[in-house]
Amino acid sequence: MNAPLLRADRVTFSYGGEPVVHDVSLRVSPGEFVALVGPNGSGKTTLLKILLGLLRPDGGSVELFGSRPDRFRERNRLGYVPQRPSLGSGLPATVNEVVAAGRLAAGAWWRPPGAPDREAIEHALTTVGLTEQRHARVSELSGGQQQRAFIARALASEPDLLVLDEPVSGVDAGSQARFREALVHHVRAHEGAVLLVSHELGAVASDLDRVIVLKRSVRFDGPPSALSETGVSLGVHESDLPLWLEGLH
Amino acid sequence: MPWPFDREYMQLALAGGLVVGVCAPLIGAFLVQRRMALMGDGIGHVAFAGDTGGLLTGIWPFWTALAAAVAAALGMEHLRRRGRASGDVALALFFYSGIAGGVVLVGLAGSMNAGVLSYLFGSILTITRGELALIGVLGAVVVLTVAATHRPLFALVVDEEWSSVAGLPVASLNTLVAILAAATIVAAMRIVGILLVAALMVLPVASGQLISRSFRGTLVWSSVVGAGSVVAGLVAARLWALAPGGTIVLVCAAVFVLLSVASGRRSHPGRALALRGGPRTG
Repeated sequence: MNAPLLRADRVTFSYGGEPVVHDVSLRVSPGEFVALVGPNGSGKTTLLKILLGLLRPDGGSVELFGSRPDRFRERNRLGYVPQRPSLGSGLPATVNEVVAAGRLAAGAWWRPPGAPDREAIEHALTTVGLTEQRHARVSELSGGQQQRAFIARALASEPDLLVLDEPVSGVDAGSQARFREALVHHVRAHEGAVLLVSHELGAVASDLDRVIVLKRSVRFDGPPSALSETGVSLGVHESDLPLWLEGLH
Repeated sequence: MPWPFDREYMQLALAGGLVVGVCAPLIGAFLVQRRMALMGDGIGHVAFAGDTGGLLTGIWPFWTALAAAVAAALGMEHLRRRGRASGDVALALFFYSGIAGGVVLVGLAGSMNAGVLSYLFGSILTITRGELALIGVLGAVVVLTVAATHRPLFALVVDEEWSSVAGLPVASLNTLVAILAAATIVAAMRIVGILLVAALMVLPVASGQLISRSFRGTLVWSSVVGAGSVVAGLVAARLWALAPGGTIVLVCAAVFVLLSVASGRRSHPGRALALRGGPRTG
C-alpha cells in the first residue's frame, strides 16, 4: 500500500480548555478522494489548520508527505483552497495573476516565471474553465467564478494533494459542476488526492472514495455506501443535514 | 532646464519629488490592499519624534527619523502579528506616542523652529544635495526590492493564510514591507511633510486602480500618477506661489477625481477607495 500523503495520529486540540478536536486519527493516500464532513462547530476547520501546520496540536502527531508540517518543504505538492477567500472590491488583480501566484510554491519566488510555469497556469485555467476570463478582475467575478480561480491557483503548483475548505458554500450550480469536474480530473487524470472539507457534498457525492464524519472525534471513516448502514447519529443542525447527506444514499 | 526648473533648487526638488512620487505609491499599493493605509501616518508621526530628537541632539535628523520610523514600523508589525492589539489600537499607540514625543522634544528644544516645520509640512524647495543623495539611495532600495519581491508580496495581499501554506516567508515579507514603508516615509517627509505623507501612498494607488485591471499595472500606473503629480504640483506651486507639498497632494486628489469622472465610474469615487468588500454572490 502507498504511503499516506497526509496522516494524523491521535490529534487533540483545545481552545481555552474547551476540547475542539479529540483523539482524531485519519489518513489520505494517493489517488483517494476523501470528504471530511460534520456539522457546524464540529472542529473541521480547526482540524484542517492542524493538518496544514497552521495550528500546533496539543497532543498527537501530523505528517504531510512523511514530514512534520513545520519541517515540510515541498510545498508545491500541497494545494490549498481556503474557505471562501473574498477579495476587496477595489483589489486590482486579474485571474491570471491570482492563478500565477500558485506557482510561487513550486519554485524560487524571486525567479521570473518560465515556460513550465506558463504551461501549468494554462492547464489550471483550462481545468476550471476560466481561460476566457483570465484577464478579468477577480473581484468582479461571481462568487463561484472566484472560487474556481482559487482552485486554479491551488492546481497551478501541480500538487499531489489538494485540500479544500468549504469550497462550494453559496456557489451557483454551473460553478459547482465545473468544480466537480476539476476535482475528478485531478484525481483520475493526475492520480492526485483530494481532501474536501465541507458540509455540502451534493456536487461530488458520487465521486467520493471515502467519507470521514467528524464531530470533535471521528464518528465514521469509510466508503459513502457504508455510511447509511452504520446508523451514525450526528446531531447536526436540521438545516445542515440534507446538504451533505443528499447524494450519499 | 526650461522654466520652472531653471533654478538649482527647483531641479533638486524635482529629482527628490520624482523619487518619492514613484516609491510612495509602490509601497502604498501593498498597504492599501491590506487595510493598512494609515500605517504611513503612524510611522510618520513617530518619525517626527525622531526628527525633533535629531534637531535637539545635533544628529542629522534624517538618520534619527529613519531609526525611529523603522522601529515604529517593526513595532506595529509585531503587535499586528502577535494579535496583542487590533490594527487600529496599534496604530493609535504609535500615532499619538510619536506626535506627543515630538511635541515634548520640541518643548525641550525651547522653540518651534523652521527645521521642525519643514518636517511637519514639507519643504521640497530647500532640499540639499546631501538629502537628495539619501532620498535617491532609499528610493533605489525600495524600487529594486519591490521589483524582486512583488510576486510573493502580491500573494500575501490576496491571502496571508494561503501564503503560509504555500511556504512563503510570510513573517519576513511583512517585516520587509514595514521597513520599506518606513524608508519611503522618511524619504517623503521633506517633500510633502509628515502630515501629508500618507496621501502620497494612498491617492495615486486609488487612481492606479481606476486605470488598470491588474495588480502589476496598478503598481506602474500608481507610480506614474505619483511622479506626474509631483511635476504638476511643482509647476503649479512655482506659477502661483503655492505651498508645494500641499499642492502636490491636491494634484493627486484632483487626478483621482478626474479619473473617476472620466472613466464614467460604474460607481462613485468611494468605490475605488473601498479597501475590502465581499464578492458578488452566485
